Amino acid sequence: MRPIIEIENLHVTFTGRDKPVAAVNDVSLQVEQGSVLVLLGESGSGKSVTLRSLLRLHPEKSSTVTGRIVVDGHDIMALDKSEMPALRGKTISMIFQEPMLALDPVYTLGQQIIETILCHEHVSPQQARKRALELFERVQIPSPERRLDAYPNEMSGGMCQRAMIALALACNPRILLADEPTTALDATVQIQILLLLKQLQTELGLSIILVTHDIGVAVEIADRIAVMYAGRIVETGTVKQVINNPCHPYTKGLLSSRVERAGKGERLTTISGSPPDLASLPQGCAFAPRCPLANADCRKTTPVLKMIDQGHHAACLQL
Amino acid sequence: MILYTLKRFALTIPVAIGVSVVCFLLVHIAPGDPLTAVLPTDASAELQAQMRSLYGFDKPLPVQYGLWIWRVLHGDLGQSIATGRPVVSEVFNAVINSIIVAAAATSIGFLAGGILGIVAGYYQNTWIDRLASIISSLGVSVPHYWLGIVLVIIFSVQLGWLPATGGGPGGSGNRSLDWAYLQFLVLPAITMSVIPMGIIARSVRALVGEILTQDFVQALAAKGLTDRKVFQHVLKNAAPTAFAVMGLQLGYLLGGSILIETVFSWPGTGFLLNAAIFQRDLPLLQGTILVLAMFFVILNLLVDLLQSLIDPRVQRS
Repeated sequence: MRPIIEIENLHVTFTGRDKPVAAVNDVSLQVEQGSVLVLLGESGSGKSVTLRSLLRLHPEKSSTVTGRIVVDGHDIMALDKSEMPALRGKTISMIFQEPMLALDPVYTLGQQIIETILCHEHVSPQQARKRALELFERVQIPSPERRLDAYPNEMSGGMCQRAMIALALACNPRILLADEPTTALDATVQIQILLLLKQLQTELGLSIILVTHDIGVAVEIADRIAVMYAGRIVETGTVKQVINNPCHPYTKGLLSSRVERAGKGERLTTISGSPPDLASLPQGCAFAPRCPLANADCRKTTPVLKMIDQGHHAACLQL
Repeated sequence: MILYTLKRFALTIPVAIGVSVVCFLLVHIAPGDPLTAVLPTDASAELQAQMRSLYGFDKPLPVQYGLWIWRVLHGDLGQSIATGRPVVSEVFNAVINSIIVAAAATSIGFLAGGILGIVAGYYQNTWIDRLASIISSLGVSVPHYWLGIVLVIIFSVQLGWLPATGGGPGGSGNRSLDWAYLQFLVLPAITMSVIPMGIIARSVRALVGEILTQDFVQALAAKGLTDRKVFQHVLKNAAPTAFAVMGLQLGYLLGGSILIETVFSWPGTGFLLNAAIFQRDLPLLQGTILVLAMFFVILNLLVDLLQSLIDPRVQRS
């Protein structure tokens, strides 16, 4: 079966500033129907930008996007601009990092969900409201009837994220994009939201791309992981492959810098240096300046993904 | 909502009392005796004392205030010293005139300012934005009495299209909805609309620009709303703050502009204040200022209530 999401050679460059910023550099990835792909990486590694490209949310004036994106049979890049709204929220939905900020503060949650349903489907407002209520029950919001008439500022962050998920699922999308959906929430709520996403994914057969910098989150929910660094995928594989047998020095660094790894009183392991400036990327491997294995060759040649195992790839010249 | 309305209403009472105290004290803070303006310079001490007790100036201040506020609450603002007519009717007539010109100026200024601001905010850092910014900066910085004079020179003196001054064809009393009356309104209203237009354009531009950077705008696009629907959301988010700015501007306009009304001899509150000041007509001055201040208080109340209707967050803070 064909993957439900295929991205080939995606490049995103932001041109709004003085110098063009190469946020995504030649990213290719695939998501199988009904599976969860986690894009893992630190801030500025291009994971959110990749995610937003799927909905063509980047401002046309200040960004250049090239490559091929096929989602559920739709060639996203070839579509006319006016065809995008019909796809957004209907085939592909998205949830955001800050649920409080991603919901319109001057509309009730119910209004926002009903509006979404009405803009994609020809149903009566009463039917839409009934659906909104069902969605609130589905995402386990207590006293859903009352919460439909609440404004985002009257709810906690966790409840808002549940409402955001309900909103995203309003039109039964096949694909859910989640941009750091748990980052802004506190630890206990994070787990609840993750479990909810996992449960909904199984029940509804959703295909999910989830962006996070939290390895714990990735392990919890992912089928496959793609590790990103400086706008490139540096390693990709199943959770087991990437976590148990990390091959790229960056993935190794990430995994060894986890808090759980360190003993009591020990200093945490860190990756020295900081991520490169995307406006002036170095030649060769972007990780080379921070890499313990780097040699002269690494600073000249840009590595491509090499197969390590069935479905496990890493982009490093030292492999 | 009802609770908030009541609470907000209760809050205006101390403000109103404070305003009335300041208005009352004006007469006593202002240098010189209020009676010197009406009495001949060689008036005898007896006559002075008689007048003083007639106007109640011989009683202690708190008693005077009490008596004054009692009369004010019964709709009696005293008599104008200069004309002898009741202040209430003078102020009432002037307020109506000021409201008319303010309403006209508001319609022009708010509409033009709102549109300029929205366009500039949406197309920030393009030539449209720059053009809109230039217009609004000019609006804020051009001295409006000067603009008024220039408009008079162009449209009344040179072209002869519109009357230069006056509040209507047959004096200030005859208001009608025909060109004979309305033509007097055009120049003052345009002159007056320029400042609020500039201020509103700039606030709305900043507001729209700020809202567009917020996450929820992208989230609205992400859930499949068309640009037009997203625009509606942006407007509704901008509205509460825009209304607050507009309310304040409307307050200023209702207060009448002393300079503009004087330039155009428009018989509004500004014109009245000007006359009261120069004639040292203290009851008139006091009454006019009190009425205008109360206008501000009520307007602020209305704007707050309107804001809370649109934006649920206002009630909580």
